[in-house]
Amino acid sequence: MAVESLGSRSRAKVSPWNDPVIRGWVFQIVVVGLVALLAWFLVSNTVENLQRQKIASGFHYLEREAGFEIGDTMIAYSPASTYARAILVGMLNTLKVAVLGIFLATILGTLIGVGRLSPNWLLAKVCEGYVEMFRNVPLLLWLFLIYKLISEAFPGPRQAISVLSSFFLSNRGLYFPVPLADPIHQWMGIALLVGIVAAFVVKRWAKKRQDATGQPFPIVWASFGLVLGLPILVWLLGGAPHGMSWPELKGFNFEGGTVIQPEFTALLVGLVLYTSAFVAEIVRSGILALNKGQSEAAMAIGLSRTQVMRLVLLPQALRIIVPPMTSQYLNITKNSSLAIAIGYPDLVASINVTINQTGQAIENILIIMAAYLSVSLSISAFMNWYNKRIALRER
Amino acid sequence: MTDAMPVGERRQLAPPVVDTGVLGWARKNLFSSWGNGLTTVVLALVFGWLLSRFLNWALFTATFTAASGAECRGHGACWALIHEKYRYIFFGSFPYEQHWRPLFAVIAMLAMLVLSSDRRMWNKRLLLIWGIGSFVTFLLMFGQIHIPLGLILFVALAAGGLGMIMRGVLATPAELNGWRALAAIGAIGLALRLTGVLPAWSFVMAPLSYVETGLWGGIPVTLILATYGLVFAFPFGILLALGRRSNLPLIKGLCVGFIELIRGVPLISLLIMASVMLPLFLPSGMTIDKFLRAQVAVILFAGAYIAEIIRGGLQSLPKGQFEAADAMGLNYFQKTTLIILPQALRVVIPPLINTFIGFFKDTSLVLIIGIFDFLNTANQALVDPNWAGFPGEVYLFAAFIYFCFCYSMSRYSKHLEIELNKGTRR
Amino acid sequence: MKYVSKHLSIAAAVGLTAALASGAAMAGKDLDAIKARGAVICGVPTGIAGFAVADSQGKWVGLDVDVCRAVSAAIFGDSEKVKYVPLTSQQRFTALQSSEVDLLSNNTTITLQRDTALGLDFTAITYYDGQGFMVNKKLGVKSAKELNGATVCVAPGTTTELNLADYFRANKMSFKPVVIEKVEEIRAAFFSGRCDVYTTDVSSLAATRVANVPAPAKAEDFIILPEIISKEPLGPMVRHGDNQFTDIVRWAQYAMLEAEEYGITSKNVDDMLKSENPTIKRILGVTPGMGKALGVDEKWVYNIIKQVGNYGESFDKHVGPNSLLKIDRGVNKLWTQGGLQYAPPIR
Repeated sequence: MAVESLGSRSRAKVSPWNDPVIRGWVFQIVVVGLVALLAWFLVSNTVENLQRQKIASGFHYLEREAGFEIGDTMIAYSPASTYARAILVGMLNTLKVAVLGIFLATILGTLIGVGRLSPNWLLAKVCEGYVEMFRNVPLLLWLFLIYKLISEAFPGPRQAISVLSSFFLSNRGLYFPVPLADPIHQWMGIALLVGIVAAFVVKRWAKKRQDATGQPFPIVWASFGLVLGLPILVWLLGGAPHGMSWPELKGFNFEGGTVIQPEFTALLVGLVLYTSAFVAEIVRSGILALNKGQSEAAMAIGLSRTQVMRLVLLPQALRIIVPPMTSQYLNITKNSSLAIAIGYPDLVASINVTINQTGQAIENILIIMAAYLSVSLSISAFMNWYNKRIALRER
Repeated sequence: MTDAMPVGERRQLAPPVVDTGVLGWARKNLFSSWGNGLTTVVLALVFGWLLSRFLNWALFTATFTAASGAECRGHGACWALIHEKYRYIFFGSFPYEQHWRPLFAVIAMLAMLVLSSDRRMWNKRLLLIWGIGSFVTFLLMFGQIHIPLGLILFVALAAGGLGMIMRGVLATPAELNGWRALAAIGAIGLALRLTGVLPAWSFVMAPLSYVETGLWGGIPVTLILATYGLVFAFPFGILLALGRRSNLPLIKGLCVGFIELIRGVPLISLLIMASVMLPLFLPSGMTIDKFLRAQVAVILFAGAYIAEIIRGGLQSLPKGQFEAADAMGLNYFQKTTLIILPQALRVVIPPLINTFIGFFKDTSLVLIIGIFDFLNTANQALVDPNWAGFPGEVYLFAAFIYFCFCYSMSRYSKHLEIELNKGTRR
Repeated sequence: MKYVSKHLSIAAAVGLTAALASGAAMAGKDLDAIKARGAVICGVPTGIAGFAVADSQGKWVGLDVDVCRAVSAAIFGDSEKVKYVPLTSQQRFTALQSSEVDLLSNNTTITLQRDTALGLDFTAITYYDGQGFMVNKKLGVKSAKELNGATVCVAPGTTTELNLADYFRANKMSFKPVVIEKVEEIRAAFFSGRCDVYTTDVSSLAATRVANVPAPAKAEDFIILPEIISKEPLGPMVRHGDNQFTDIVRWAQYAMLEAEEYGITSKNVDDMLKSENPTIKRILGVTPGMGKALGVDEKWVYNIIKQVGNYGESFDKHVGPNSLLKIDRGVNKLWTQGGLQYAPPIR
């Protein structure tokens, strides 16, 4: 007749064999033990094989001279530099492609995704065709196609297509003039950063003013003015140095100016076009997942279609869009490793040559994995932070 | 004032011409505003011009048969190159007279995939379809099958064990004894085999000549890598997903670590690792076929992605299902296999098909380690100096074939999503 | 039920390892593996005319191929028991290290780094070569010293890449590399004008010039510049570890040289069997002992010469005056004629 209150019942005495806690631990220990056994098996084999074949180990080779030249570098590099520097050059190239790719693919993908929802039937169908075409063919195939088109369609440097005698397009790449290095550029860089910060400040102030008084403020034009105007102001104040480095045909190639090489172009264009198709689908499904009432109400209060999209739909769709976008950004970063197939010197290409010249596969592969993991984890972390920021705070 | 017509006989006027039919549709969809109209005109002009140039190159001035590349040069597309090399592009260096074998292997695999897509087959028949289909495929591709006794006994042990676990609650004592007998045969047989009492016999079927994996190429390679990569990654992914959601900290840590590691690195680095490092991991003298190495890399990679998808499906189940299963007294295996997984897998089928499409395209990366999948054979067809200089034709042809496969799979996935959602409340 | 499943999972794990182990090929030494398999697996270039090229029937011919055939003739008595695996410059070392091939006959240059850090061994030098440059005549370049600023096509993972950088640095010139792995794609890039210069071993340049120029261009449109910027001793490679196999490969090559030195050719080898010269009797195995020391049949040299030919015949047929390439023997002549090919005596 005694009623046991909740929580007062002591745990029934069971034999250790049937106790779930103990069984859980035994199971875990067995599994971890098996994994450790497998790991020990692999590691001992590896050590034995390395010793038997007298392959060197350790990371000392990173200080040795690389001996090979790299075609497209962001920092100074020569064959006399170390392997570490060669790998760093590759890493920077990968980051360059990844960052530019993410930026351009997002813009292009959003435009196409929104275009697919356009009331214009032709535009919607064209965007749909684009998406289906790029999603259903492997990226590697697009890279090959674009690269071959670029290298075979354009003439040699001596017959290069020239625009205004300063832009030259040939199968060696697009050459264009750049300003000569000048101390004023550092100040312009600082002015740019100041301009960006100022633009954010102005945006916050304008929003507060609009919330309080209802007066709109041309935030976009003001931001543009700040971000572009401040550096130009600094440049003018510094005496407007306008020395330029012009590309000229000397011997085999153009000297001077700077170049966008066909390998980089093919990789970037291929990545952007391919990923933008996926981004377009994500944006479209994000907008379609919204409550239809939102767009109907927005149109009912008289907003134009662009305003509806910009002010009402896209901000809400962002919450749905951000998680799959994260995986697309990660995909761009990882797909940039396909550069090795068309000869662009990214991280995997540099590591591949290093493996061949030094024979030390394991250390090099660890470097690749560490590099890609850190980039992936940082992108994920940033996107997760952004996701939390825009998440609906429900009570 | 009277109307021209009496009230009861008012004639229906036809609707305005500009609002219905083709004109009405065009007005609504193409020319509804100035911006719209301008867009339509510009797009129509641009695409009309591009399409006419493309058709001109691809059809009207193209050469369809030629004896060598030199004849083909100059005017439009050279489809004669495809006509000349299509067998190499489709089947690689498989012995020329025996190309019927990879052809039927591809047909068998496509039949397996198409039959699996029929929902009436989603029960034990699936196992039968895949078993027969895989057997036929590998028999045709290899030509000869040697199954060592150890493997047969191990499969007996595994099947018996699985049967005992999964049917333990539901089976009649006779069936349970059957599973126990199978497991016992497997265990005892293995023990005898390992101690050397049973000889090293293997079941041999050798109806055709042996063709090693180094000679395989083209579509069969792409299909095998993608299909069997996913078939084996599927149970592996389920285990990883269940492990990641488990309460046991060590298991969860292992699974999370593995999944994040594999998802953070590109497939190329895994393939390079498999082809370069795997031989170092194995005892000296033991070699693994290069094709098998690539297959293992694809399985590991796919497993991590599938694990994440299944985890999403598991998370979408209401907690009540788990709690009710516990309340009924089911243990972990029974709960998972009878209640949770069937529901979770149903939800994740469309994303799984998308993963399959993605991996079908990603198998093209095995080009980097020298395996001749469909893209690589297409690439190689360009190399012949007699037929040099037609990359557009070959790549467009390859793109067309990939498009056919992937587009049909994605349309099927959309259709399946609609079908599966018919029962759910909107 | 749980303890049953736990026991089963342990048993299953053990069983899996056992089943796989009982089925896998646990061969010990390389030579044993080769003999058990019944064929030598040979890594060759993907397609260099004169050195390794597959004809339309899929049959491989060339100087590198003949080395493989000689090894097969020595071990099996039949020079056709070879499986050829085409490998690019990036894949070749890992293929050898991972036992995918037994022997690498891939126009590989012997260097200190490769002999030590990679865990591989060289046997003997098949071909003394050097690195050169090939350019289109239209560029009007007559010497390698005029190549400042040029775009150069080169394969990765080769001594070519390193020598190129060293040469340009030493001569205070700069260049832009275009690095492509597959030799067919390098050629396509060079002939399409993507790069001005193609650099590799002079023998491969000559082969490309003769066999791979796409119409409508002709071989005469391209010249090989006179500068030879490095030493490139080319020879086959094997793994560290199996000394007996290494010896067989090395002495198969020396046997071909010895045969030429003593005038034994594939045509007269049967008559030479009856010779009274004690050196020839020893070489051809009439006097037994040499084959036994190597671990092969006593008639190993006879089989090699009869089925493959001596070094001179092989050279003439594939790269010499009787072939498409028409390369002069130059430093590849025997030492008796002033060249560098010198085989230790078979005794």
